[in-house]
Amino acid sequence: MAYSDKVLDHYENPRNVGKMDDKDINVGTGMVGAPACGDVMRLQIRVNDQGVIEDAKFKTYGCGSAIASSSLLTEWVKGRSLEEATLIRNKDIAEELGLPPVKIHCSVLAEDAIKAAIEDVRNKRKAQQ
Amino acid sequence: MQYPIYLDYSATSPVDPRVAQKMSECLTLEANFGNPASRSHMFGWKAEEAVETARRQVADLINCDPREIVWTSGATEADNLAIKGAAHFYSKQGKHIITSKIEHKAVLDSCRQLEREGFEVTYLDPAESGIITPEQVAAAIRPDTILVSLMHVNNEIGVINDIEAIGKITREKNVIFHVDAAQSTGKIDIDLDKMPVDLMSLTAHKVYGPKGIGALFVRRKPRVRIEPQMHGGGHERGMRSGTLATHQIVGMGEAYRIAKAEMHEENARILALRDRLLDGLKDIEEVYVNGDLAHRVASNLNISFNFVEGESLMMALRDLAVSSGSACTSASLEPSYVLRAIGLNDELAHSSLRISLGRFTQEAEIDYAIGKIHEAVAKLRELSPLWDMFKDGVDLNQVKWAAH
Repeated sequence: MAYSDKVLDHYENPRNVGKMDDKDINVGTGMVGAPACGDVMRLQIRVNDQGVIEDAKFKTYGCGSAIASSSLLTEWVKGRSLEEATLIRNKDIAEELGLPPVKIHCSVLAEDAIKAAIEDVRNKRKAQQ
Repeated sequence: MQYPIYLDYSATSPVDPRVAQKMSECLTLEANFGNPASRSHMFGWKAEEAVETARRQVADLINCDPREIVWTSGATEADNLAIKGAAHFYSKQGKHIITSKIEHKAVLDSCRQLEREGFEVTYLDPAESGIITPEQVAAAIRPDTILVSLMHVNNEIGVINDIEAIGKITREKNVIFHVDAAQSTGKIDIDLDKMPVDLMSLTAHKVYGPKGIGALFVRRKPRVRIEPQMHGGGHERGMRSGTLATHQIVGMGEAYRIAKAEMHEENARILALRDRLLDGLKDIEEVYVNGDLAHRVASNLNISFNFVEGESLMMALRDLAVSSGSACTSASLEPSYVLRAIGLNDELAHSSLRISLGRFTQEAEIDYAIGKIHEAVAKLRELSPLWDMFKDGVDLNQVKWAAH
């Protein structure tokens, strides 16, 4: 399969690879996918008191398109508010990376990951109040 | 070294230059271009002679009578002809067929077609080794069983079935035995004088011959009958009509001649390279060889790198032409049915590479591959949340995954 230059770039030089402390109240973790399906994404965001995403980290087990989708996502969410981040759609990721139809599920997974991470941090904060 | 390095000989092999030379002598006006079926002139006679020489060369490699060789377009056609042809011919005696879950699609899909026509098929489960035992076959045979179809060597894991022992059982029970030998010719000895096999599928392109040509061995004593699947001019004693492709057939003959002459020396060299490759990889953590290592052709290594996904691994190994059992390399989203059938969990099936060596593989290429694989696995594990969890002592089987 031929990959787009953008997918290759993210695959060769993935941005924001890493791990945050998932117990931290300001950290939201979204873990989506399953090993059985061939892809698992873990996206983590650090959110400040103003509700802005200050930092994002990811690790992904999956094909090149899955790695690129999550890498791109970490770039996009940094500096956005939680509200703005919820507006990211898989279609935007797929378009930006030029994903072929068989790889659209990788971008869907990335959208699921950011939604799960946002929900996680919101739930944590609610629980504390 | 030339990049990418070809390590996918189980998929196909390049044509040996000696074979290409022979083939090129059967094409143009000045060369041997005639129709082997033309009986009225020199052109036909010369072409027929070349075809019969090739038939002998193919028969010599597997020790059978040249009259038992029927030319086909490849192993897929030979499998179709053998399975459908025998099932249709013997259907009055019974409608039960035995095969295994790890056969090539050409066998499995032919069996599926027969199921639609009212036949019943038993799909044997291989052991973790990938081997089908004679005992399993014996236990599955019923009074209405007419055909057993099993591969000699598996295309993904390279594991060898004991077809001589299985053939003794089928012969005793008066059941036709078909063997797909696409992956075994030229890799291990085949002696059809000793092996009670009734039908055997052969191909040229895995043995340094051209694509588009193969053959079906059809035993004469005891005589095995098949119904033709291709009707027409009655070529190949009516079993497979169609003008014989002289250049392809001559190529297959020459490829099999070379295989017979050189296979023992060649396989010893390839085995040493395979051992070198495995030695270079086995110190990586969480590495698993898939299928039995002892009962395997020299050229194959199927290996899983846990917590690394196969397609991304191949992407990191763009300088190496290998294949993977990962779902992402196929149109379906299922990982390799062969690896699943021998008991691998989905993760390990997704994490597998098939590396297959051949005639032109060099030691320097193996050393390069070892280095690249080490780098790629390390890089991708650094990226893998599963590797993190494994290192943190999390049991991945206990995690509730949000499957999609």
